[in-house]
Amino acid sequence: MDSLDHFLSMGGYARFVWPAYALAVIVLAGFAIEGVVTYRKNRRELDAVEKKRR
Amino acid sequence: MLRLANPNRFMQWSGKLLPWCAIATVILLGVGTYMALFVAPPDYQQGESVRIMYIHVPSAMMSTFVYAVMAVSSAVALIWRHPVADIAARESAPLGAGFTLLCLVTGSLWGKPMWGAWWVWDARLTSELVLFFLYLGYIALVNAFDEPTRGARAGAILALVGVINLPIIKFSVDWWNTLHQPESIFRLGGPTIAPSMLWPLLIMVLGFAAFFVTLLLLRMRSALMAAKLRAIRLQQIEAA
Amino acid sequence: MSPFLRLVGRDLRLALRQGGDAAMVVGFFVLTVVLFPFGVGPEPELLQRIAAGIVWVTALLAALLSLERLFQSDYEDGSLEVMALLPLPLEAQVLAKCLAHWLVTGLPLTLTAPLLGLLLHLDTAGYPALIASMAIGTPILSLLGAVGAALTLGARKGGVLLSLLVLPLYIPVLIFGVAAIEAEIGGFGARPHLLLLAAFLVLAVGMVPFAAAAALRQALE
Repeated sequence: MDSLDHFLSMGGYARFVWPAYALAVIVLAGFAIEGVVTYRKNRRELDAVEKKRR
Repeated sequence: MLRLANPNRFMQWSGKLLPWCAIATVILLGVGTYMALFVAPPDYQQGESVRIMYIHVPSAMMSTFVYAVMAVSSAVALIWRHPVADIAARESAPLGAGFTLLCLVTGSLWGKPMWGAWWVWDARLTSELVLFFLYLGYIALVNAFDEPTRGARAGAILALVGVINLPIIKFSVDWWNTLHQPESIFRLGGPTIAPSMLWPLLIMVLGFAAFFVTLLLLRMRSALMAAKLRAIRLQQIEAA
Repeated sequence: MSPFLRLVGRDLRLALRQGGDAAMVVGFFVLTVVLFPFGVGPEPELLQRIAAGIVWVTALLAALLSLERLFQSDYEDGSLEVMALLPLPLEAQVLAKCLAHWLVTGLPLTLTAPLLGLLLHLDTAGYPALIASMAIGTPILSLLGAVGAALTLGARKGGVLLSLLVLPLYIPVLIFGVAAIEAEIGGFGARPHLLLLAAFLVLAVGMVPFAAAAALRQALE
């Protein structure tokens, strides 16, 4: 457990390192999720409209 | 080149490319994060806080790279009036703004222990802040018109004006910064990097780039589908 | 009289007839500068230290004020469509409008600036540099502003949008305008800074008309 504590403490810089990584995850994951959700929504709506047209 | 940019062609090849880009992104970001957190050594001056650099530097590089992508797409859109180029520029902007924000906040998080302040008017951070405003201005302008094509055209001109101004702004801010010499000894993303730190950095940069390409393709496909949807609905209204 | 000068004259006449464009800009300039001693305190040393910066920042904001109307009224009453059909290229017309805009905003700002320097205890050595940097810098503000004004024609919330677009582009002018004054006060001479500002001006005169005219054309489509 000591080594985990040591890792998490980041040599005393935990307060700065972890928020930086957390924000990176939030920004990148946010873009990814938003992108996939709109993509699926548009795909579904487009398929529905095109099926009706046929 | 132009044939590949035909909307239908674009949908075909981007659909095939997208999964591979996504896989590359996941692998590169996974390996990069692992190396940045576990493999890379702490810096002899900055200690473990140097690990922030593995996010800060790639996002800083991407923030300018995305602006370049936007400017090139805008030029293509203006010269050849190409709809796919318009969409590429418009969909790049939020990603670029996201990278810039990430760069600013991580720079600030790194600056607090190194400089003793959350914000220092460091030349690079200041240029990055201005770049963030340029992105916001572009996004606001593109969305300010009821007619999407109007917004795209105005945005393209703005992106080109911005890309001419960017070096001038960068030069001015550097000049201004040397006039008011900051007392700190640490420079953000200093010039010398040990090889043990270079590899994780390089992989993270590639990971960020792959992420950008993946998301750009995804967003462009989304936007093209939305445009098609709008066109079909308009036809139906006119037919009715 | 050449068509270029006739256009400048028309814009000047319009500005004068609608009255008070210049007076409003100068009024805003003076009033905003006067607010600063209330904000930071009346100590002469402090005011002297920040005088050049205050005058320049306020000048940027004042120049921004009247930009929105640069093309707006012509766009709304349809004159812009007639202008696009004139034999004089639209690029030249943009320059003419910028010149007229500078004559009713930048020039009065330049002439008022020394007075405000006086209120803020600006170092005596700084006055020539203040006037020179304003004289070279304010035309750049009108030119860059013209691009923003043309781009935001017909946009929702055009005014706020215009400031968001134009202010980041003004930063180099601000930096070198203030640097010229402070270099002169510090005894280094304002010349290099003024020359750089002049280079920016030449660059802006060369490029802005094309960007602004392109923006106007797409607004008319």
